[in-house]
This record gives sequence, structure tokens and C-alpha cells, in this order.
Amino acid sequence: MDVVIWSRIQFAMTAAYHWLFVPLTLGLALVMAVMETLYVVKKDEFWKKTAQFWIKLFAINFAVGIATGIILEFEFGTNWSNYSWFVGDMFGAPLAIEGILAFFMEATFFAVMFFGWDKVSKRFHLASTWLTGIGATVSAYWILVANGWMQNPVGTTFNPDTVRSEMASAAAFWEVVTNPVAVSKFFHSVTSGWVTGGVFVVGVSAWYLLKGREKKFALRSILIGGIVGLVGSAAVMISGDASGVHAAEFQPMKLAAAEGLEEGGKGAAFTIVPGVKVPHMLSLLATHDWNGYVPGINDILRGYTDNEGRVIPSVADKMAMGRTALDALETYRGSEDPAVKAEALALLNANVQYMGYGHLEKPEDVIPPVGVVFWAFRLMVGLGMLLALVLLLCVWFAWKGKLENCRWLLWTALWCIPLVYICGQAGWVVAEVGRQPWTIQGLLPVNVAISSLSAAAVKTTFFIFLAVFALFLIIEIRILLRAIRKGPEVEPGNA
Amino acid sequence: MTYEFLQQYWWCLVALLGGLLVALMFVQGANGHLGNRVLNESQKRMILNSTGRKWEFTFTTLVTFGGAFFASFPLFYSTSFGGAYWVWILLLLSFVFQAVAYEFQNKKGNLLGVKGFRVALMVNGVLAPFLVGTAVGTFFTGSDFTVNKLAITDPSSPVISSWGNGWHGLEALGNYHAVLLGAALAFLAIILGALYILNNVEDAGIEAQMRRCIKKAIGPFLLSFLMWTIILMLRSGFAVSPEQVIYMEPFKYWHNLLAMPGVLVMLLAGVVLLLCSLYLGGFTASRKGIWFAMPGTVLVVMAVFFLAGFNGTAYYPSCTDLQSSLTLQNSSSSQFTLTVMFWVSLLIPFVLAYIVYAWRAMDRKSITREEIETTEHKY
Repeated sequence: MDVVIWSRIQFAMTAAYHWLFVPLTLGLALVMAVMETLYVVKKDEFWKKTAQFWIKLFAINFAVGIATGIILEFEFGTNWSNYSWFVGDMFGAPLAIEGILAFFMEATFFAVMFFGWDKVSKRFHLASTWLTGIGATVSAYWILVANGWMQNPVGTTFNPDTVRSEMASAAAFWEVVTNPVAVSKFFHSVTSGWVTGGVFVVGVSAWYLLKGREKKFALRSILIGGIVGLVGSAAVMISGDASGVHAAEFQPMKLAAAEGLEEGGKGAAFTIVPGVKVPHMLSLLATHDWNGYVPGINDILRGYTDNEGRVIPSVADKMAMGRTALDALETYRGSEDPAVKAEALALLNANVQYMGYGHLEKPEDVIPPVGVVFWAFRLMVGLGMLLALVLLLCVWFAWKGKLENCRWLLWTALWCIPLVYICGQAGWVVAEVGRQPWTIQGLLPVNVAISSLSAAAVKTTFFIFLAVFALFLIIEIRILLRAIRKGPEVEPGNA
Repeated sequence: MTYEFLQQYWWCLVALLGGLLVALMFVQGANGHLGNRVLNESQKRMILNSTGRKWEFTFTTLVTFGGAFFASFPLFYSTSFGGAYWVWILLLLSFVFQAVAYEFQNKKGNLLGVKGFRVALMVNGVLAPFLVGTAVGTFFTGSDFTVNKLAITDPSSPVISSWGNGWHGLEALGNYHAVLLGAALAFLAIILGALYILNNVEDAGIEAQMRRCIKKAIGPFLLSFLMWTIILMLRSGFAVSPEQVIYMEPFKYWHNLLAMPGVLVMLLAGVVLLLCSLYLGGFTASRKGIWFAMPGTVLVVMAVFFLAGFNGTAYYPSCTDLQSSLTLQNSSSSQFTLTVMFWVSLLIPFVLAYIVYAWRAMDRKSITREEIETTEHKY
């Protein structure tokens, strides 16, 4: 395998691993902040102990999240050299804002939250707990502004003198910051974190109930965790719907792959599983129009007319225009003659939106791995609905005071913990595998985004990271399990 | 705001973050002391818990330093990170282990045991300042790379920045001038760590040890730093003409120092502050040395960055192809992006203010044996 494949595998592994820790950070932060607020408002030591227990688990999880976040940042440079030059100018502002506004907030107030119980006032401590979670959430926003731009590169223009995408005006910056793909991705990712946090709290508490331990603690935690998870589930569905519409608009190939849709059309049917279809459903979901046109994979290859009447060229034509753009860039940079330069520049600007296609070898290169995206999408949606149902039942039975005796539901809630992680990972597979071969949609395919390294070097670091990640994951799970077994110790004699 | 002003402003901020990063490496230096055989287990736990409440600042500053470099001078990021691959990967790994070591080491079921994670902390303690120092050292010696922006139109080898050898950065370890700066930083970190512990931990045994360590480290630190500085003043540097042509100029960095008296003052002031801290830490009973050493370190590191980048100098030079060298002009983000980031950067004092506020609230009391034995919230 070549360096492009190894670089992709390494980055995918790091990102997927990072996403094991981030959603729990986002979700648990909200759960424990709510609990500590109850402590400060009600002045009941029970809530303090309860919050402290979840904060302890949060801290174990937080460390690995931080450790893997920096790996992603470094890998942009180490493994995606061309990419980091190409996007550096656009990433600059969001990254600066993230670093200054969010990172330090998270790190500073995490330290106060973890060590400060006996050192700072109750209210300062409560504020620190909230600010840790807010810092993590704000950080997620700016990261997803960058990611959203890669899926839908708005607000920038290609500068042939510097050979990169650049922002040129406040309006452009605003377009980048309010990129609809970034906004829906932010809500979708953060609220899926709430679901993760909710399912985790409910699942762990269910285990205590199964063991007949920590009853008050477990039931109260299930109510709060469950409600946070349910609010998250509702928001995930709304933002997921927006994500679908955006995919149809900006990344039709991703949508076609997620549906396994070879031939599209008006009033397209939604495939639940192969062989089971709901008529018109896909058009409704993707365009919010019963008879909206949804292009299939072959339509995109051949070229089509979209719902606004725009003619979308075939991939072969886009490739030809892309090559024209690249040739014009070469002429522009190679010539000193102003007339030649001006002509090359005009040609470049006329074709620049398809520049990335000029790097492709054949039209079929634009098709992502359909099977992977198709099944990942079904896994994500199916599990998401199951998790929402389980959360709803847990909250309902806990509210009615019948949850303790409902052992099947407690077992189900416990088993939902691995499922919520699979669900989140599947979501990112849809988002990131679905946009292959592009690092930046239409502008920069993966094979041009890399660093000039040997495959052997990247392979070596891949296996080093694999070993480190596996080690940390095993340690993390062992430590978490021990902390859970030990319990919150809020009810002496009950443990 | 002119483009030139913004490029220089951002170089100042990168320099400031670099200075803060090195100053905050007292965490690394302090962890280096965990290998001290005279200290007993409870003393080591006190040191660990003391740095354990600060490591995130160092780590976050590293992330922000990387982010600021990426954002303001992306060509450096793509050229150096993608080229000097092994140096950055090693640095990364050492920090990754450090990040989990605090949380994991005293927990049962951690597989590597207390010892394993302590070793990871000590390795990070020595390796991180050494590698950062050596990497900054190459700002003056040059590296083996080429930059060709037209490469992106060539499907067979599209990468703009390519490294000239298979060592991918490790070759800097064979460059004595760069290594001298790495060594100086490693010794400085040990001193900063000892000064920090003196200030933050209350224990007579630890105090005696730390003062002894400072005395031992003074010689090697001053020697390596002085030798590096003298060689720097004598060597030819990578100058940039007003037409952006890069050429070798004898005594370039000496000329820079003379042309920028402000930088000379910064360097001297920094050195004086560092010497004061060494005196306070090694030869008096004062616990306040760290308050001289940290600003001193920031000033010296900033002066070093200014020597590398200002007064028509290529800050990340290529010895393979002079014209590929990176300058503030040819490697920065666009004027608009730098402007947006300029406005954002005005929030930095506010961020510093709340960090100081939180830090003071947490540090009202020094760490004592009783606290470590009684509190639940510890590493």
C-alpha cells in the first residue's frame, strides 16, 4: 500500500480514537454541571457526592481526550503537508479563536474543578464545572467550522500567487463561520455527545441497580442522565435532518453513497434495508419536497440538472476543466509576460471550481466506498433510535418508581453503553468516508494533500500509535471499571 | 494595518508563546527530578501533585503554540512538520504519555505500574525541552528541504515542501550547534523545575535537594547556552534582500543584535533575571527564584526568535536550496486572516487574567505532606 493509504488509515484511526473520548466529555460535562447546580441550589451533600463521582469518571476520560487531540493537530502538519499549506490561511482564524477562547478555558477550569473543592468557594467551583463543559463545546464549534469548510468550502478563493485558498473579506469570514454544514455538524456532534453522556450515566447507574447498590444515587442519576440524553436525542434528529439536506445540496455523492442510489430521479424512494423501500421518502428527507430530484451515483458521473435548474457537468467534463485550471496555473506561475499571465489567470478563474478534479485519474475515482457508507448510515440511524427509546423507557420507569424491578430494561441500558459508541463512530464514518476522495470537497483530493514521506515511515508511526492507543484504551477501561465498582460512596453501608 | 506590520506582530506572538512554552517547561524539569534517588516516595508524590496542577498549562501552550504557528505561518507548519517528521512525532509521543501519566499512574489496573508512568514523565521531562531546543536550533543552522509551490500541478509528485533526506529531522541531532541549544534548554528546564518546586512545595528535605540540583545544573546550563550564543554570533546567517532574495551574510546574527538594540536589551535583561534566579535558588534561602526565572526565560526565548526572524532574516532556512528558505513574508497567512487573528489576539490579556486568578486561588497554600495524605483529589 502507498503513503496515501497509510496516511489515511493513520489519520482515520486517530480521529476515531479521539472520538471515543470527546462525546463522553461533552455529555458528562453537562450531566455533572446540572448535578452540581442542584447541590449549590439545594445545599444537599448527596448531590455533591453524586457530582463528584461523575467528575471522577470525567477526569479519567478527559486525559486521553486531550492526549489524542494534540495528535490530530500535529498530524495535519506531519502527514498532510500540502493540505496544511492549502488550508492554513482559512484555518488560521478559527484555530486562533479556538486556542485563545476555548482551550485555556477548558484546561484552567478543569484544574479548578478537579482540585478546587476545598480551595475555592462553592459558586466559583460551580462556575468552573460549567466553564469546563462550555470550553469543550466552544472548542468543538471551531473545529467543526474547519471540518465544515472541508465538506463545503465557502467564503474562500484560490490565490494562484500563493497556491492556496484564502479568505479576503469580513463577509467571507462570516460565511465561513456560519457555514450551514458547520452549524448542523456542530449541533449534531455536540448533542450526540449529550446522548453518549446520558447513555453512559444511565447504563452505569443501571448496573448499580442490578447489583442492588447505591439505589438513591442510581435512580437520581438515571433521571438526570436520561433527560440530558433525551434532549440530546431530539436535537440529534433535528440536526441530522439538516445534515441530510446539506449533503444533498453540497455533497450529493455522499448522499447517493449513503443510500446506495445508483440511478436517482424525482420522488426517490428511501431504502431502509436492501429490498425494503419507502416511496418518495428520500426526496422528502433530502430536499423537503415530495417530488424533489435526488441524483444517483450514475447521474452524478453523467451530469444532471438539479432542483434549481442548474446544469451540473459530468465528472469527465469536470476533470477536463480541472486539468485546464492546473495547466493555466502552471502557465501563470511559469511566465513573466503580463499578457500571457493575464490570459492564464482568466482561464484559471473560469475553471478553478473544478481544480481538484484535474488530479483524478478516472471519473469513477469520485465514488466513495458505497457499502461502507450505506451500512454505517443504517447503523447510526438504527442505533440512534434504539438508544432514544431505551432512554425514554428508563426515565419513564424511574419516574414511576418501577425501574428497579424492570431487570430486562436495566440490562438493556447497560448494553447500550457500547452501542452508543458504535453509533457515534458510524456517524463519523458516514461523514468522512462518504466524502472520499476529497480532503476538501472538489478542491483537493487525498492523494494531493499528503506529505512527502515514505510509506514505510507512516506505516511505522501507524503501528506505534496503534500500540499506544490500544494500551491507553485497555488502561482507561480498567481504571473506569474499578472506579465504578468502588462506587460513589454516597450511602454508607449500602455499598 | 499593513501586511508587514501584521506579519511582524504575529511573529512577536509566536515568539511570546514559544517563550511561555519554554518557561512553563518547569513542569517537565520538575518531573525530571522524580528520578532523584534521595527523595522518598511521599516527597515524590508531593512533586507530582504540584506539577499535576500545572501540566495542562504547558500542554495547552504547546497546542496553542502549534496552532498559532499553523495559523500565522502555515508554510512553516507544512514544511517542518511534514519534513522533520521524526522529531515532531517523538515530541508528540512524549507529550501524549505525559498527558495520561498523571491520571493513570497511581490508579490500580494501569498495566504499566507507577514506575512505568514515572519513567514516561521523566522521559518527557528531558526529551521535550531537548527536542524543542534542537528544533529551534535549526532556525539558525538551516535544514535540508525544498519548497516548490508549482509541484501541486504535478500529479506524480504533488507535494510542495519536501525533505531532502530519509532521516526526516533526526539529522539535526548530528548538528552540534543545534544540539547545544537543545542541551541548554534541557538544563534550563531542570533549573526551572527545581525553582518551581522550591516555591510550590513545603518540605525541608525536598528544598535541600532542589538547591543542590540547581547548583549542579548551573555550570552545564551556562556553558551550553554561552557556547551556543558565541557560535551564533560568529556564524554566517541567512539574510533576505529587499527583493526577497536569500543570501548568506557573515556574522548575520551579530549584525541583527547590533541593528536591533531593543532585542539586545531583552536578551541581556533576560539573562540577568535568569542569573538572579540561579543565585536566589542556589545560594540563598529564598523561594522566589521562579518569579525571576520565568520572565527571564520568556525574554531570552523571544530575543532568540527575533534574531531568527527580524531584520531581513530567513527564520527557517534551507541549506539545500537557499531560495526555498522561509521568511516572515513568504510563509505567512493572508493579510485578511492575520487581521482577524489580530483582533482575536486582543482577548489574550483577558485570558491571562482569568488564568492568573484561577492559579492564585488554587495556590493560596503550598503543597504539604498533610495535604497529600488527607485530600481525595490528588494524583
